[in-house]
Amino acid sequence: MLALLRTPLLAAPRAATRRFSASARASDVLLFVEHKAGAVNAASLSALTAARKLGAGDVHALVGGKEADIQGVADAVAKFDGVSKVLHASGEALGSSLAEAFAPLLKQVASSGSYTHVVAGHTAFGRDVVPRAAALLDASQISDITAVHDADTFERPIYAGNAIAKVKSADKLKVLTVRGTAFDKAATEGGSASAEKVDFAEPSISTRLVSEQISKSSRPELATAARVVSGGRALKSAEGFEKYIEPLADALNAAVGASRAAVDAGYAANNLQVGQTGVVVAPELYLAVGISGAIQHLAGMKEAKTIVSINKDPECPMAEIADFALVANLEDAVPELLEKLKSA
Amino acid sequence: MLPTPARSGLSLLVGVKRCVDYAVKIRIRPDGKGVDTNVKNSMNPFDEIAVEEAVRLREKHKGDVSRIAAVSIGPAKAADVLRTALAMGADDAIHVEIPADTVIEPLGVSKILAAITKAEMEKGPDDEAWAWTMGKQAIDDDASQTGQMLAAHLDWPQATFASKLEFKGGFKKGEKVEVTREIDGGLATMETTLPFVLTTDLRLNEPRYASLPNIMKAKKKPLKKVTLKDLGLENEISPRLETLEVKEPPKRQGGIKVENVDELIAKLKESGRI
Repeated sequence: MLALLRTPLLAAPRAATRRFSASARASDVLLFVEHKAGAVNAASLSALTAARKLGAGDVHALVGGKEADIQGVADAVAKFDGVSKVLHASGEALGSSLAEAFAPLLKQVASSGSYTHVVAGHTAFGRDVVPRAAALLDASQISDITAVHDADTFERPIYAGNAIAKVKSADKLKVLTVRGTAFDKAATEGGSASAEKVDFAEPSISTRLVSEQISKSSRPELATAARVVSGGRALKSAEGFEKYIEPLADALNAAVGASRAAVDAGYAANNLQVGQTGVVVAPELYLAVGISGAIQHLAGMKEAKTIVSINKDPECPMAEIADFALVANLEDAVPELLEKLKSA
Repeated sequence: MLPTPARSGLSLLVGVKRCVDYAVKIRIRPDGKGVDTNVKNSMNPFDEIAVEEAVRLREKHKGDVSRIAAVSIGPAKAADVLRTALAMGADDAIHVEIPADTVIEPLGVSKILAAITKAEMEKGPDDEAWAWTMGKQAIDDDASQTGQMLAAHLDWPQATFASKLEFKGGFKKGEKVEVTREIDGGLATMETTLPFVLTTDLRLNEPRYASLPNIMKAKKKPLKKVTLKDLGLENEISPRLETLEVKEPPKRQGGIKVENVDELIAKLKESGRI
């Protein structure tokens, strides 16, 4: 009976008390923000858009990181359109993005209010931290959602994107990771959230980051680029990649991607792999050069707005799904394309 | 049964899942509630990498790896993938058998694996070193959760999406392990300690094929069946998620073949892509 009464009784004074109340209401969403070198990951902006579709409550953003970074990131997140409060915590292990530190933080904050949802990007970091936190929260996580039907019902791809499952969750607290390419990025201006420091006692952990080897590139980031030029096994060598794929990408201001075959053969770096087990992209233009189009590769790019295939095999799956398929030897077609793009 | 010698050294548990084979073109069931799984099934490719890594560790470190046990949860047919793991070099297998229509989510799987870990650990000395290896995701549900959840339940460190694993110290509890992980934008090298949970990425290794003699030998290796009741979990792992519908992804419009580069450029301009 009390439970039934609670909602209408609290509904009226909600607006007046909100500003002074530190606790969350029963329909608030916790957005777990990812950032690196002071910049928020674009996947967190897509997750914010998904978070805003979930309910009538507020979106609170949780930011963890090292002491020196945290204020700057919290200030930036406070301006995001749709965030009403930024919760920030700092610590040494939080500066190294370690799941053993972040999962307890996420658990602490998610269970401190009356949040109905935890939302994060389905990135390498999100995939590492969020399931660990979900287990601590005893929640059955829903990974890589591509659509929100209502507060309990979501869509997600299964079997390498060859089927879409519509799933309804009975969990009180729903933990979701969001496919970045399936939701528009929220605006980074227009908001004015309050900020609140979280007292977080970092657990003693036995893991430490030794080093990071991040590929430096002046090109757009693969996951969010408007155009992607990808190469496959037909490039034959790393030199082939340099000779054909990279200049074409530069001419189009595109990111470079690769098929698993090209990565395994050492033609391109691991983190350029597009597909079920690599990066999922949905650019305006995806130009596949010498990629046959295995199921696992298509899982990573078939949401592209326009797909172009350059392949000498007219029957390959990529040519079948491409909007424009050029059946040609890439060694002839790519230099010609490059030449004509430059003179155009 | 093999005699169980007093062990010293690392005990490796390897999680393997029976999935629809990666090369099969899947079909949605007529009832729209799932995918037809009555097709060729095989071990999840990422789990093959996990088994391979365990076997390579033993080949490299000989007696320091005292046991490799493959673990699977599933209906009777899941025993097939356990036999495959045994043929690749695992010593014994544990099969948590569940009825064919039972749905267990990664959260439930991780609870079962945690219970098995604790039960197995009780049989050995307190200072024994343990580690789990398993795939970073199963290619059917694509969830990428189980390893991380298991690490949480056991309060062990985790090393996910591993592409390189090196035992720098010894094979006792608390000894250091270095793992290179595939992250967005590159690689991260981390140091962790035993016991821990490792999930494998594609580039960790190239799994071996089981030879015919090894397949024959695997038939004689111990395979223990366990039920949820044995583990005291029969009421603990009911699903939280209901699959309302499984449907085909939207089909792409059939494209057109362009004759030459000029036509391609013209089409791209027409559609505003360049």
